[in-house]
Amino acid sequence: MLSNTEKELIVQIWDKMLPVAEDIGSEALLRMFTTFPKTKTYFSHLDISPRSEHLCCHGKKIVQALAEGARNISTLTTTLAPLSRFHAYQLRIHPTNFKIFNHCILVTLACHMGENFTPVAHAAIDKFLSAFSAVLAEKFR
Amino acid sequence: MVKWTDAERKAIKAVWGKMNVDVIGSQALARCLIVYPWTQRYFDSFGSLSDAASIMANKKVAAHGKVVLNGLGRAVQNMDDIKNTYAPLSVLHSEKLHVDPDNFRLLGDCLTIVVASQLGRAFTPDIQAAWQKFLAVVVSALGKQYH
Repeated sequence: MLSNTEKELIVQIWDKMLPVAEDIGSEALLRMFTTFPKTKTYFSHLDISPRSEHLCCHGKKIVQALAEGARNISTLTTTLAPLSRFHAYQLRIHPTNFKIFNHCILVTLACHMGENFTPVAHAAIDKFLSAFSAVLAEKFR
Repeated sequence: MVKWTDAERKAIKAVWGKMNVDVIGSQALARCLIVYPWTQRYFDSFGSLSDAASIMANKKVAAHGKVVLNGLGRAVQNMDDIKNTYAPLSVLHSEKLHVDPDNFRLLGDCLTIVVASQLGRAFTPDIQAAWQKFLAVVVSALGKQYH
């Protein structure tokens, strides 16, 4: 459950991240691949070495989708419908990986925002990421 | 037995060395109680935990955070035998405190995020990986004596 204050905070934070979407997204992915190497199995078709074009491009797409979701929190299911189908029928990612990636996004935000990543901001973003990944996993079965 | 590379040992001790033990433990515990409110169930005697502000101002939370982090320090000093170092703590958390061990991982995640916000870019992906491997061993050792 997100309060109105939390929804505003979430939009503010992702709006700040949009101009550096490539940096944030690729860093979150790199952190995930380094700490949880099994997640690399989903990217055998891409070059995911640090600062590779694929990593940056993919990272940017992810942050842009998150920012879009943040601006449409009350209609996440409709907004994310195409991505939801994609994750269910094409990507078929094991659901535990959403939590792993969400954690790495939080770590990346903490590194970039420092003290500004307050406990309240952390809680709001964590709840948002859980809701976002629940929609992405909705059509899995 | 867990194997640590030299790089991992160095990374973990470096992170530990940069931590202000008096402050980080309290921040991590407060964060855990705020982000994962069900963890408050173990702290009924701590007084007001009704919102983020009261949790962050709560002196018992702050004191307990220090206790927890000093406990983590013992794991840093005994990296090659965390399981046995933590056996009594594991028994305590299981038989006296009755803590669901899944919550240890959540506190570990909050600690990682506090460390990340303090170290910023210095908390590189490689250092994060070593630190999280260490916390995973700690969490596993804390859950070992449950039956």
